[in-house]
Amino acid sequence: MLVPIEWLNDYIDTGVGLEEFCDRMIMSGSNLETCQVFGEGIDKVVVGRIEKIEPHPDADKLVICRMDVGQDDLLQIVTGAPNVFEGALVPVALHKSHIPGPLHGQPKQEGGVKITKGKLRGVESYGMLCSCGELGFEDKVVPVAHRDGIWILEGDYVPGTEFTEALGLKQAVVDFEITPNRPDCLAMVGMAREASATFGRPFTKPDIDIQQENGTGSASDHVAVEINNPESCKRYVARVVTDIKVEQSPWWLQKRLMYAGMRPINNIVDITNFVMLEYGQPIHAFDIRQVKGGKIIVENAKSGEVFTTLDETERTLGGDMLMIKDAERPIAVAGVMGGLNSEIEADTQTIIVESANFAAGSVRRTAKALGLRTEASSRFEKGIDPNLCADAADRVCRLIELVGGGKVCPGRVDVYPSPEKAKTMDVRVDRINAVLGIDLSREEMVSMLEGLEIQVAGEGNIMTVTPPTVRQDLLIEEDYVEEIARMYGYDRLPVTMPRSNSEVKTTREWELRDLTRQTLCALGLNEIQTYSFVSPSSVDQVNIAEDSWERAFVRIINPLGEENSVMRTILTPNMLETLGRNYARNIDKVKAFEIGNTFMASDLNADHLPDEEYSLCIGMYGKGEDFFTLKGVVVEMLKILGIREPIFTAEQEYGPYHPGRCARISVPASAEMKAAGVETEELGIMGEIHPDVAERYGMEGLRVYCCEIMFGAILRKADTEVVYRPLPKYPSTTRDIALQVDEDLEVGKIEKVIRDHGGDILEDVRLFDVYRGKQVGEGRKSVAFSLVYRDRDKTLTDEEVTAVHTDVLKALEDNLNAVLREM
Amino acid sequence: MKEQLNSILEDAKKQLESAQTQSETDEIRVRFLGKKGRLTEILRGMGKLSPEERKATGQMANSVRDEIETMLAERFEAVKAAAKEAQFRKERIDVTEPGKVEELGVAHPLTITMEEISRVFRNMGYSIVEGPEVETVFNNFDALNAGPDHPARDMTDTFYITEDVLLRTQTSPVQVRTLLKEKPPIKVISPGRVFRCDTPDATHSPMFHQVEGLLVDEGVTMADLKGTLDSFAKQLFGTSTKTKFRPHHFPFTEPSAEMDVSCFKCGGKGCRVCKGSGWIEILGCGMVHPSVLKVGGLDTEKYTGFAFGLGVERVAMLKYGVDDIRLFYENDMRFIEQFK
Repeated sequence: MLVPIEWLNDYIDTGVGLEEFCDRMIMSGSNLETCQVFGEGIDKVVVGRIEKIEPHPDADKLVICRMDVGQDDLLQIVTGAPNVFEGALVPVALHKSHIPGPLHGQPKQEGGVKITKGKLRGVESYGMLCSCGELGFEDKVVPVAHRDGIWILEGDYVPGTEFTEALGLKQAVVDFEITPNRPDCLAMVGMAREASATFGRPFTKPDIDIQQENGTGSASDHVAVEINNPESCKRYVARVVTDIKVEQSPWWLQKRLMYAGMRPINNIVDITNFVMLEYGQPIHAFDIRQVKGGKIIVENAKSGEVFTTLDETERTLGGDMLMIKDAERPIAVAGVMGGLNSEIEADTQTIIVESANFAAGSVRRTAKALGLRTEASSRFEKGIDPNLCADAADRVCRLIELVGGGKVCPGRVDVYPSPEKAKTMDVRVDRINAVLGIDLSREEMVSMLEGLEIQVAGEGNIMTVTPPTVRQDLLIEEDYVEEIARMYGYDRLPVTMPRSNSEVKTTREWELRDLTRQTLCALGLNEIQTYSFVSPSSVDQVNIAEDSWERAFVRIINPLGEENSVMRTILTPNMLETLGRNYARNIDKVKAFEIGNTFMASDLNADHLPDEEYSLCIGMYGKGEDFFTLKGVVVEMLKILGIREPIFTAEQEYGPYHPGRCARISVPASAEMKAAGVETEELGIMGEIHPDVAERYGMEGLRVYCCEIMFGAILRKADTEVVYRPLPKYPSTTRDIALQVDEDLEVGKIEKVIRDHGGDILEDVRLFDVYRGKQVGEGRKSVAFSLVYRDRDKTLTDEEVTAVHTDVLKALEDNLNAVLREM
Repeated sequence: MKEQLNSILEDAKKQLESAQTQSETDEIRVRFLGKKGRLTEILRGMGKLSPEERKATGQMANSVRDEIETMLAERFEAVKAAAKEAQFRKERIDVTEPGKVEELGVAHPLTITMEEISRVFRNMGYSIVEGPEVETVFNNFDALNAGPDHPARDMTDTFYITEDVLLRTQTSPVQVRTLLKEKPPIKVISPGRVFRCDTPDATHSPMFHQVEGLLVDEGVTMADLKGTLDSFAKQLFGTSTKTKFRPHHFPFTEPSAEMDVSCFKCGGKGCRVCKGSGWIEILGCGMVHPSVLKVGGLDTEKYTGFAFGLGVERVAMLKYGVDDIRLFYENDMRFIEQFK
């Protein structure tokens, strides 16, 4: 809400300077967006009169103006503006002057523009004639009259006068942020009321005292109003003005609109806009010639009816849209936009001024359905007090009278089926004090409330309050708590700590995510965060098979774009995108992880919400990284989470991965699940990314390693309790063995056989060498293990160890066809 | 005899002076004092002497032996020290060569910021609660007193899955879930991801993070809200931080406020970060609206409470001086690694 201070001063003298005004308004609840002082940055710009215009000898589009700028001699200025004429009064930027800019057709320059004399196509020019834009006004507020050229002044000004002074340009405009609960503040009168309460100064309401009601006939002679849908139209006031002269508004009126962000058009339109800004009440004016039968009927449109609005757009109406109709046809979409068929024109003689109240919901639905948001509709949508209609209509008439734009007919046509009354209620002094933690007296509170035009009755602890009807936000006691708080000042409320105490809890999942994150960081991985929504094609990119669970997307109805239209089911595509982006930026090594939510469509949930589960994704590439460095990270991380026996099983079918370098990660199933015939429980998958997939993410020929683990499984399996085991008292014996086996035999299988036959005394098995080469032959490999034997209760004898070790070797030979090699 | 002893002493002295290593010193010891050493041989030959001579010679031999032993010890220490010095000289390294380390990774800056915020509140006795990112319209809007016509419900502002299910626009629905489940005193914060229909640019992201807090108990006042958040600001931004509470409006609190903190870049003098005002808006807060408390079936005469919420990206951008929100989701390692 733009509040030009000069305009606000029409209603109230706050008695303070600009800075204090802003600070105290902020603290009483009107937050400031910006505060701009117009006219600053204009220096050595004067009013000038064009005495003579001559053609430029060398340029068709330029002319030479001889200017009276209040000096002895005429000043020669060259201009290219098309709208200059002899006798015109215009702003002249003299040699060495300064204007805010931007110059015509150029971008805005920080700090404005300096104007100096110069030559234009060989002719001396001692300054510049300025447009509104060059003097700092935004395009959207420049009056229609001089939109395309120099600012031509209306009225009488003495050449040579300082321009900003002559036009009263220098003033502050404060942009307030109006919260949705205070639509009454989207009006100058509302802001004046707030300022009055804030500074404890009285405010004067706008002048609605029409001096002469000398129009032809009374309002009711011209128009009859009928409301057929009182739900959507609470009130309709019509006044009539005859002898209309459509012309430019006086400068004071134009200026107020321009500073408040609106473009002056003509006196009638400007006044309706002025009153809308003043009261917050949208006003519409009809040319009475186009209101057939002198009838205004407020009722819903016929479904499918076509209507052309003021913006010359044909619109198909719905049966629930409220319309203004005359005896024959619709002439306006109520509260949204007028019709092209009843627009004010240059030769309009009599107008009907509409000041009506349309229900917020109805206007919102209509505006939305039509895709047409206007200043009027957005105000109705927020809710307006119907009691404003009459004053606003009178104010329009008074202003038309004031500017000599027409003659006001006596009387109003006012249809107001059920007048809105203020909501009177009881609020308690002690309750307000208790919630705020203060101790104000009733008298102090009453005075604050009365400053806001809230009437207070009752006695003692009970204040029976009646707000002005424009304050539609005061509905419950807490609303009054806020009124007292902001009038007292939030900054004056005491600062205390709550007495409440409760046990501090976190969820186990939060703790485990935290532990996982810390572990992975300690292992040298950086955390990333990516969007929860992805493109549905992301699963194609990583070769996920048709009909896989990864394609059971939760879809967004109104996504920003296809690429953000479904909730992710896995994290791997986002990880690959991140790796690809880093690779493209020449980062030669990346080790990263993400812990984030994944989503699965489900109807089983009580709220019909999808299943959400955290997932962990690891991704890496670069020198020194391979399947086993990733596996090392995974194993170490699982160890920290207390998952000590992960099982890695080769997987050849899963799309995202290299078929020969991929493993499913699982753990032995719980006893219960084992009883049900399930041997292992899956945690996730890891491996080298399929070269085709890597290529799709811009990493052609790069070996990329990824792992994705379902966090729910970790949550079930993690065991972070630590139980101490006594240190061994007796020595261990180590026996190394080397075996020749088939290349395809996994070392995991060999290790399992060793463990199965090592009995209680086999403490540890460690693979320490894998050798392939001529000595072992094609298709074979040699693997070497250290076996550590120990008895926790005694020193093992050589015979005891040999007995078990022989068993182990025999089992290896028998079960795995392994050939023992000499160590 | 006497001459012999003297010459032994002289020889020993001479030989020791040229001894350079510990083993050479040892050899000298054997040569003079060993079982077959020269001094030992002299002593062995003393049997032939008269008792008087034996006594005098014995005394002299002993003193020669003592002298040699002392010299040996001194020389031994000297060559040992020289040897060590030589070794140290040889083993000298260039300490300015780089260290060898398996570098640590780093958490994402948003995680770091979120954890910092969470830690401050945990230290003040708040529990962490979490809720789903895909929420019901009821929990996200209705229960939070945002009426059916509230503009935030628009499809232009909020992502919908169905008519009744959406991507939460705030983490406040977790407060609703908590109120439905627990009894006062309730003292929780809910960190997490939220979503709004904003096209990404330098200051907007369709997804961002929030931490919201809720305290409900008997006799909670707005002064308590000020005290709590003032303490939070001092813990997060430094003890000299000042706070300013301004009236504002949120559907789920009444009275409502926004809290500004004194600019931690310029200390309140006015700079680019605070746009010259000396203050930075940091969070929204207020006393819990009675209609929200009623969702939890609470007696609003008995219980009051306060709630607050702040944007993690905003805090991180201000704290670290990050000028483009999109950097958080690009995950360029050169960006992430700056937060070590």
